[in-house]
Amino acid sequence: MADEIAKEYDVIVLGTGLTECILSGVLSVKGKKVLHIDRNDHYGGEAASVNLETLFKKYGNYAAGTEPWKQYGRPNDWNIDLVPKFLMSSGELTNILVSTDVTRYLEFKQVAGSYVQQGAGSKATIAKVPSDAAEALRSPLMGIFEKRRMKSFIEWVGEFDPKNSATHKGLDMNTCTMKEVFDKFSLETGTKDFVGHAMALYLNDNYLDTPGAAPETIERIRLYGQSVARYGKSPYIYPLYGLGELPQGFARLSAIYGGTYMLNTNVDELVYENGKAVGIKATMTGVEPEMKFETRAKMILGDPSYFPDKVKVVGHVLRAICILKHPLASTNDADSCQLIIPQSQVGRKNDIYIACVSSAHNVCPKGYWIAIVSTIAETSANHHLELAPGIECLGKIEEQFMGPPIPLYEPLEDGRNDNIFISKSYDATSHFETSTEDVKDIYRRCAGEELVVEGLREGIQMSKE
Amino acid sequence: MADTNAPKPSSSVKLVLLGEAAVGKSSLVLRFVNNDFQENKEPTIGAAFLTQKCNLPTRTIKFEIWDTAGQERFASLAPMYYRNAQAALVVYDLTKPTSLIKAKHWVAELQRQASPGIVIALVGNKLDLTSDSTGSAEVSGDGDDNAEDSGDARKISTEEAKTYAEEEGLLFFETSAKTGHNVTEVFTAIANAIPETSLKSARGPGASHAGVSRTEEQRVNLNGPRDPNAKEACAC
Repeated sequence: MADEIAKEYDVIVLGTGLTECILSGVLSVKGKKVLHIDRNDHYGGEAASVNLETLFKKYGNYAAGTEPWKQYGRPNDWNIDLVPKFLMSSGELTNILVSTDVTRYLEFKQVAGSYVQQGAGSKATIAKVPSDAAEALRSPLMGIFEKRRMKSFIEWVGEFDPKNSATHKGLDMNTCTMKEVFDKFSLETGTKDFVGHAMALYLNDNYLDTPGAAPETIERIRLYGQSVARYGKSPYIYPLYGLGELPQGFARLSAIYGGTYMLNTNVDELVYENGKAVGIKATMTGVEPEMKFETRAKMILGDPSYFPDKVKVVGHVLRAICILKHPLASTNDADSCQLIIPQSQVGRKNDIYIACVSSAHNVCPKGYWIAIVSTIAETSANHHLELAPGIECLGKIEEQFMGPPIPLYEPLEDGRNDNIFISKSYDATSHFETSTEDVKDIYRRCAGEELVVEGLREGIQMSKE
Repeated sequence: MADTNAPKPSSSVKLVLLGEAAVGKSSLVLRFVNNDFQENKEPTIGAAFLTQKCNLPTRTIKFEIWDTAGQERFASLAPMYYRNAQAALVVYDLTKPTSLIKAKHWVAELQRQASPGIVIALVGNKLDLTSDSTGSAEVSGDGDDNAEDSGDARKISTEEAKTYAEEEGLLFFETSAKTGHNVTEVFTAIANAIPETSLKSARGPGASHAGVSRTEEQRVNLNGPRDPNAKEACAC
């Protein structure tokens, strides 16, 4: 079997998380010869979807000798995401899926609702995030006069053109802050909160006082609005059978264009020449006998776990995966939804996100909901208290899985010195926009050109239909 | 094969190909879809999702045929590959004993991973290399003595494979992608074997055109707004 591995590849990719699989797919489509390796026996790495038995075993929160997963139906009917995210229906990941035709391997459904909490504790209200002027007028989040101000703000966002200063309300967009823009419309603090956190999807309030950041904020609000407009119920879509399908789809794209896939394969050594990575020594396990091999490549891509001495920790995410037998309260019995608790409402610096999916997306048996509560860690102990405002929204919880804070990694270098290009960990945002930015950034660094998403497969022989 | 004015009920069926490398998986599909054969075909690249309609007296089955794209080589097929497959073609080379062993491995894998109702066909390919090949003469051009090198290259008897297929409840055919012998028959037999009930709950990309039911209402077609109906428009 070892003779089926080439002596040299253009690219070796380590880890089959979504970022790696998109890059592998795109590079293969562009004609690069790719070897893609994962030490695990499954695709997805940190971003896999796992079954309930695997989840129990991963967290180890059950008594030895018991099999608690058996009371929840067949373990394989569960596809539980380890990283909770949704796709923006007009976002860049959607564009990449369409331009690479990976859509043909996947099915998507809308996420039924996008909600935001105002207030905390017993005074908390949960309401749908308004996405257009008409919804703003109906929203219980604002009083009657504020609704009108919000309506004119939303209309202005639609008309805003960064190049046309006539649409800038007399502000200098290069230097003004988003706070000044909000103040121009006399928006109240509560309104700013849900606009900035539930529509522009900022995790904290830093954006408010950053000079020149207003056009980006407006762009994010527009992306939200366009994404809602595309299918109607919420800005989000979600793949049937869970997010773990995404890396599998892009891996298939890569394989179709000649990429070679090896799971169960440990990287024993990175081989360097003159300070640059030129290949790997690796062992494929799970076969008898184990297969040791060595191969070369012009560059190596991978997730942080394959390069522990080349990455730094930039923060920690807290995450609790909860199994429920009911939908979230005040969400109109939604089969799926996102609920954002803006930081200011609960005295934090970072928002708390709840992502909820159910059997409607084939991720669990009928009658169950999976809710994942997450936030960025702000303290060094008692992390369950940080998640508490989110956990309190869930009602009765059947099972809860929460591990230690999850470190977020970033590469120390951009890879041009040693030919090793490392991705970032999946962050705390609720969507994939930062992941696709990372894909584009890595592509720019390793290929020396911009990744043009539009028409990725054009001009290349397509499979016939 | 255009639709008539009063179209028969039409369903999409996901069919996956499995089998050792170089047994002729892609060649079988190429013969079925394009009625074409390429000598010394390179390992599959770039074409891993072909569709072909199969007209039955009472209904039309549209096969969506998934090739492994080589991901089976190092045991790295993704669960997505088996997901919702309603039919599988497990191919071996009847001149190569190891390929039947591998085929049995795939049958076991399907029984473990795929939907319980999956229709599996075991197919011994390269019948043109054996002395009992029929109807191959006009294509291969080597007359009565079929395989140029050794006369009869068959290493796996019909009996052996057939007995195994019967034990496991598989459809069984011996084919030649090169001459086309029995190729259409395999797909027609699979189409006939797929229970009506599983067609109604047909899933998979492309299945959504079969009528939008209540549970389908939230499904979205990402390609939709950009190139409406592109998937269906070029199906035949």
